Formats: sequence, C-alpha cells, structure tokens
Amino acid sequence: MSTGLIGRKVGMTQVFDEAGNVIPVTVIEAGPCWITQVKTAKVDGYEAIQLGFEETRRVKDPQEGHFKASQTPMLRHLRECRVRDASEFSLGQRLDASLFSAGEKVKVTGTSKGKGFQGVVKRHGFAGGPKTHGQSDRLRAPGSIGSGTTPGRVLKGLRMAGKMGNERVTVSNLVVVRADLDRNLILVKGAVPGPRDGLVMVSKGHDHA
Amino acid sequence: MANVIDELNREQLRTDVPQFGPGDTLRVQVKVTEGTRERLQAFEGVCMRYRGGSVLTRFTVRKISQGIGVERTFLLHSPKIERIEVVRRGKVRRAQLYYLRGLTGKAARIKELRRR
Repeated sequence: MSTGLIGRKVGMTQVFDEAGNVIPVTVIEAGPCWITQVKTAKVDGYEAIQLGFEETRRVKDPQEGHFKASQTPMLRHLRECRVRDASEFSLGQRLDASLFSAGEKVKVTGTSKGKGFQGVVKRHGFAGGPKTHGQSDRLRAPGSIGSGTTPGRVLKGLRMAGKMGNERVTVSNLVVVRADLDRNLILVKGAVPGPRDGLVMVSKGHDHA
Repeated sequence: MANVIDELNREQLRTDVPQFGPGDTLRVQVKVTEGTRERLQAFEGVCMRYRGGSVLTRFTVRKISQGIGVERTFLLHSPKIERIEVVRRGKVRRAQLYYLRGLTGKAARIKELRRR
C-alpha cells in the first residue's frame, strides 16, 4: 500500500538532531488532503484513491459536483494514488501529516525547475573540449555526433542540447526527520525536486514491497 | 510560507549564548562523547570571525596549541556547545582577523577593549 499526501515545498533549512549534528532538511507543507474518490478494481479496473489538496472558493462546475459527491471542500489540486486495497479508505476522509512519522522513508515526486534550452555540458554532463592546445570555440562543444557515409545519419536518441528541467522527478528513500502535526509540516532530509511553493507528492516509500 | 522556515529556525535558536564578536577571547565548553561517557572539553582562543545569521550563525576560534595554530569553527546554536565564556573583550578594527594567521607570539596580541 502506498498512500501519500499532496503538499507544497516550503523551502530548505537545517535542524540539529539529538546528537547535535546538523541535518539539511526540506520543509514540506503536507496536506491536509481529502479523499475525493475511491477507485476499486471492480468498478474502475484498479485500486486507487483520489486525493485533493488546498481549499479554494471557485472551481469549474463539473468539479463542484465531484466535490459535493465526496462531501469535501472544494479543492485546487487532485492527484491519484495507487493503493493495494482501496476499501481501507472512505470517501471524504481527511488525511494529514500524521500519516508520516520521524525515521520513516518516503518518496517525493515533483516537477523540477525549468532550465530552458541548455547545452550538452549542463544537460548531459559532457566534458566539453580542451581549453588549450590551439582550440577555439570548442570549450562546451558536444564533439562528434556520429560516423560518416555509414550509416549516413545521426542515431536516434543521441544526447544533444535541448530543453532541460520542468519534468516529473521522483526522489526515493528520503528520511522523514520530523512530522509537525500542528502546522501540517514534514521535514525531509535532503533536497526535493521543484521550486519553493512547488506542488509535490509525498508517498510512503515501500510500494513495491 | 517562507516565514514557516523562519519560525522553525527561531525555535532552534539558543537564548543562553553571550554577546561577543571578533577579537574577543572565548572559552568554548564543548560536549565530547567518548564511547558512552560524555564530558566537557574547553577550547580557548581568539574569536577570529563571526558570521551568518539565524540558525546559520557560526564563529571561528583560533588558538596556538603546542606551537601549532588550531582553528575551530562552531555553530553558535549547536547543542554540542555546553556554554561559551567570554574571557576578554578585544579591540579590533576588522571583522575577520585572518591576519592573525601570519603572526605569532607578541605580534598576535589583541588590545583589550576598555569601556569608557
């Protein structure tokens, strides 16, 4: 079972552990989320719960009916979460940061910061060309992109310059350092994809178990 | 939401640390864990720099130990520090006393700050 919460990345800071060591943490405002739909294998073909996050005043009319049906407040973001047995959850149920406890490992999914059109050195970690020995304009060049007459074309999938970032990224095995139930915050050790205020999905780590 | 971070940081700040700055001579009592036993170890020397803010505040203490210069940087709000004693207030004209690194003995002295 891998339930989770939708949240917002608040930012990073550092905390001291019991031994006095500094731990870099990302603060995530996790939930509260409401279950807006329970999907079962019988009806939908798979087991899942649909989570909603962040109350809002206005939604489109069809959504309004959807929220009425689940008797939840109107919510800005909806995400689905696959679970092993959806019957453990009930429609309209509220989930908050108490889902997580300190020491637990979680998976955080978000949209990485967009970097725009980037060259191969930044995008794929190419070494670029030599700085010296008579080189000019070769410092960040990609080098050869293939052979000559045979095959006479550039192979598909060759790593080149292009748009970088702004894609879905998941970081697994992040340790929850603290779960602050009063403020609905969780502190996760290390970095999390996306900008501050970016939407992230925090899920329990062991879904393939 | 950024003030959530400020809040979290503020909760970690210690209120029992004295006011001091570069040039001051400090005795820092550090908690040292040896196996299961915890004891205090003093690190006494001149505060060479003091920088940062909030939870990141850190300072560097320099001393001459057996003829070798030793510098140690502490986080001001670290729970590993039992207490900080200000031994002497120094009068300096710089925020970072890197020039002490090139000096030894008499030359490395710092004038004491005298209150008017």
